[in-house]
Amino acid sequence: MPKITLIEYNGTSHTIDAEPGISLMQNAIDNSVPGIDADCGGACACGTCHVFVEADWLPATGEVDAMEEAMLGMRPDRTDASRLSCQIDVTGELDGLIVRLPEFQM
Amino acid sequence: MNEAVALPDALTMPLSDIDVSDPRLLEQDAWRPFFARLRKEDPVHFQAASNFGPFWSITRFDDIVAVDSDHEAFSSEPIIFIGDQTEDTKLQSFINMDPPRHDVQRRAVQPVVAPQNLAVMERLIRSRVVDIMENLPTGETFDWVEHVSINLTTQMLATLFDFPFERRSKLTYWSDIAVGTPEISGGQVTHEERLAGLQECLAEFTQLWHQRKEVEGGFDLISLLQRDPETADLVDRPLEYLGNLILLIVGGNDTTRNSASGGVLALNKHPGEYDKLRANPGLIPSMVSEIIRWQTPLAHMRRTATRDLEFRGKQIRKGDKVVMWYLSGNYDDTVIEEADKFIIDRKNPRKHVSFGFGIHRCMGNRLAEMQLRILWEEIMQRFRFVEVMDEPERVQSNFVRGYKTLPVRLHPL
Repeated sequence: MPKITLIEYNGTSHTIDAEPGISLMQNAIDNSVPGIDADCGGACACGTCHVFVEADWLPATGEVDAMEEAMLGMRPDRTDASRLSCQIDVTGELDGLIVRLPEFQM
Repeated sequence: MNEAVALPDALTMPLSDIDVSDPRLLEQDAWRPFFARLRKEDPVHFQAASNFGPFWSITRFDDIVAVDSDHEAFSSEPIIFIGDQTEDTKLQSFINMDPPRHDVQRRAVQPVVAPQNLAVMERLIRSRVVDIMENLPTGETFDWVEHVSINLTTQMLATLFDFPFERRSKLTYWSDIAVGTPEISGGQVTHEERLAGLQECLAEFTQLWHQRKEVEGGFDLISLLQRDPETADLVDRPLEYLGNLILLIVGGNDTTRNSASGGVLALNKHPGEYDKLRANPGLIPSMVSEIIRWQTPLAHMRRTATRDLEFRGKQIRKGDKVVMWYLSGNYDDTVIEEADKFIIDRKNPRKHVSFGFGIHRCMGNRLAEMQLRILWEEIMQRFRFVEVMDEPERVQSNFVRGYKTLPVRLHPL
């Protein structure tokens, strides 16, 4: 299982054994990582599973499509590293991935 | 609509006659069986004749998420409530714009509810809530809507706009008339009253805009609009300036106000949940989400189809009104377990459609949750029981699900 590290805004780090074939968001929820709300349940429709992907890892997490772009575009804290974790499918290639969580989901 | 005629029986009437735009459904709190039947038998329902013209109703949770997420097929223009605006007051604001105009205008005002600003606001909100709580009468029945819900949300709005505090009741008035006409929502505000009120609102805020120009560095909504290049000249586009003001006023007013009343009513109707809350006030954040679902302060949002399309087997035509009934989605028990019940420690309380989804999702959702959380934290510090003494009087509307009055009596700790 790929190991993925999620770092909370306060610095607390969570390394999880992620299950391939489901989203990073769902993996985080299943492992009770705090800081991801995922109000819409993974429909790319609420923007409350925002993460910042460590720069080296961005290409491996895939493309941002038009809907994700629209949702990310509304966030004042958006950066080039911003992704919605419900739109990142976990695969073996993401073993070692590091993402940081924002101060707030909104 | 004839007031004297009783509502039909939702369970036996012909399906094709079910008209959920009838504002009496909310006023009489009679909506449940109508939406339950539609969700089960005809979840994407066409109503050929209503006071608001023909329209589609989207009633299931997942279908609402799908429509709300697809802003290309389902446009927010020209307006997002079921009724159309009359020619002389066609307000424009980012809630009834599609990208790219929507994006630039929303981005201009979003910082007012950004996390840094909310942290500053929390102290202010708490001090005001405490002040309201400490001045409430005990040992007598009074109206919670007026003394708490309206008072709290109006003070908040005045702060967001840096509006003259002593004149803040005007904000509540403008909010109520803006969406309260028969044409817009089946309400009881006359067209003339709305027009006059909106003109007054525009005049006051135009004056405020020019005064604010003289002040540097403010973090209120007007200062933010002035600082953003995309909206710096908004005052020169009066219908757009007024539209965005009304959006922010209604968005920050009706919603939190009616959830602040709804929570009291919900706990009174579910005494076991009130016991849970007394035993564990740590449930307040989870309860706040449940209140927002249970209340669903805005019953619907409307879209307009941009092309002919098929949706769940129905043929929707370009230009058709498509109404997402958030109130129905929030009571869809195929998605939300025991949806009819108010349960303050639900497993997934944030799963509700009250804030909408997609690019028009509620901008002030975190502020709303914070206000309600602080309200309940301070109530529980002081009162063992906020007892509802009589049924509330409800607003006649198909858009705002709200209360005119809620008589209560306080029982201190």
